[in-house]
Amino acid sequence: MAYQCGLFHESYKQDERLYQTWWVRGWLIFLLVFLVSVPIWGQAVGSALNTNLINLFVIIFIYIIGAHGLNLLTGFTGQISLGHGAFMGVGAYTAGILAVRYHLPFYVTLPAAGLVTAAVGMVFGTPSLRLKGLYLAIATMAAQFILDYAMRNWDSLTGGSSGLNVPFAAIGKFEFNTDTRFYYLALVMVILFTWITTNIVRTRPGRAFVAIRDRYLAAEVIGVNLFYYRIMSFGISSFYVGIAGGMWAYYITIISDEHFTMWLSVQYLAMCIIGGLGHVKGAIFGAIFMVALPELLRIPSEMLSGVYPNMFEIFGTLQQGVFGFIIMLFLIFEPDGLAARWLTIRSYFKLWPFSY
Amino acid sequence: MPDAAVKFIQLFVTGLVTGSVYALVALGFVLIYKSTSIINFAQGEFVLVGAYICLFLVQAGIPFIPAFALTMGASVLLGLGVERGVLRPMIGEPIISVIMVTIGLAFFLKSTISLIWGTQIRVFPPIFSQEPIHFGQVIVSEVYIYTFIFAVLFLGIFAAFFKFSRIGIAMRAVANDQMTAQSMGIPVKIVFAVSWCIAAMVSGVGGILIGNINGINITLADFGLKVFPAVILGGLDSILGAIIGGLVVGVLENLMGGYLDQYFGGGVKEVAPFFVLLVILMIKPYGLFGIEEIERV
Repeated sequence: MAYQCGLFHESYKQDERLYQTWWVRGWLIFLLVFLVSVPIWGQAVGSALNTNLINLFVIIFIYIIGAHGLNLLTGFTGQISLGHGAFMGVGAYTAGILAVRYHLPFYVTLPAAGLVTAAVGMVFGTPSLRLKGLYLAIATMAAQFILDYAMRNWDSLTGGSSGLNVPFAAIGKFEFNTDTRFYYLALVMVILFTWITTNIVRTRPGRAFVAIRDRYLAAEVIGVNLFYYRIMSFGISSFYVGIAGGMWAYYITIISDEHFTMWLSVQYLAMCIIGGLGHVKGAIFGAIFMVALPELLRIPSEMLSGVYPNMFEIFGTLQQGVFGFIIMLFLIFEPDGLAARWLTIRSYFKLWPFSY
Repeated sequence: MPDAAVKFIQLFVTGLVTGSVYALVALGFVLIYKSTSIINFAQGEFVLVGAYICLFLVQAGIPFIPAFALTMGASVLLGLGVERGVLRPMIGEPIISVIMVTIGLAFFLKSTISLIWGTQIRVFPPIFSQEPIHFGQVIVSEVYIYTFIFAVLFLGIFAAFFKFSRIGIAMRAVANDQMTAQSMGIPVKIVFAVSWCIAAMVSGVGGILIGNINGINITLADFGLKVFPAVILGGLDSILGAIIGGLVVGVLENLMGGYLDQYFGGGVKEVAPFFVLLVILMIKPYGLFGIEEIERV
């Protein structure tokens, strides 16, 4: 035992462990310490970089939750959804309306947001029984437009284009009204949902999802109930993205329909693809990439704003164009995403200098 | 004639005109799907590119007919470039990647265009007159009639092209069975490229026609999304289906918009086709003329 190089599992229990080696556990603790300490140094570093670092982290966390959801659906079950932007909106509006009209605390509205979104997602996911691939993409795109329309035009419920003002999340008298406070709330949520995702993936539903993705006919033959698991996947996925929407509502405190467009759905898909479909880490890498990129784009565009005064007006457009371009580049040159790249880099260092 | 009937006919005729342009764009969409099995989410952006290039040329002082021909040339180049640069490397990748790459392309094209031309509405110098023509009590503007005629003309040209020309027959062969076609000596790569070129061309024509009616701005790209209900109704791989689907969706959205707007606070026209789409997917997923995929283990 003493001189083994590599992982040699001697029992199934060992193989199924969440932390395969004590190294993994050590790195995770290190990461946790790092994340907990962000608010302490974030302010200073952020202002040095001319950005609000804590705010960025919170947004990354919210996107990670949503991206985990879509990754479960698209990466693990192989069902494409172009409606997750609107589903996030459903979550945000559910949380917002319950908080504003019925004055419910956030620890009630947030699960409610998840459940309502899960229900909506399951309704729009029912075509997945008959439809695959292309057809499903189109069906969920229709869902996106229909929900988007409802959010914009159902004034009595959503407040229409004027938006909905949401109070801060609060437990008793304690309000999450600063970036730092919300940061810790979001951190807890993101750890919780990453943990849940990891566990879904390695238990029965997760394996059923992967079986459906890889060859659904074979999966059905060996006893995976296709309808049940596909709808379940849609439900869980929408639950995640609904929670993300609820968190978004409490963080931004103003919900308007403008945020939950087709563009957001595409961004979510791009997060999963850039990060790596079918890797739990993929959603995390993808969300970080998606939030970091506009920040990186901002620096050259600020420099250019001296030359082109209307740089800021076209920034949004430019961003979409660059995103579109990067998505294309990724798909052509790195179709497995950042998570796969991460694995290659890691195994390079692990095996160095004997990489054969 | 009673007012209700006039309103109905009015809406129907307007819908038919819009629908004929949908049919044209849907034709391009189906063509790509048929020969390459790729769903092109950037179809609307092809419409946009065609419309803006033609506008640019016309504003530069080139008369309409040469400008139109040049736009067709530019569309061919666009189609070739996209096929070669973006889709060719994606052969053999999973469906989701291919879908995503066309979405990426869509956003890239759209933002490039709005960086060059801005987002405000631009109007074509009038080529067809807006003069209203009275058919009894129904009023139709002349430009609508020309649009319809042109759309039908182009549909006819392309339909004849598939039916009779050598490359058209090759395209149908590839759509039918790629491997057999290849073994019979049909250059599949050229067929792919031609499909993309024609798709870009018909979309360009659609863009110019619709731009003549409404003026163009960046939201014209949403026009491309309307082809989805049309092709789903007709069946993704049927050219006849695309034409009929386009017309039906155009008429339906106008009727639903005309009658239901008052109850839903406007904008029904934009969303109604997608309701139709979902309903069709539920009851007849392969559309009216599509080939049903039967899977056997």
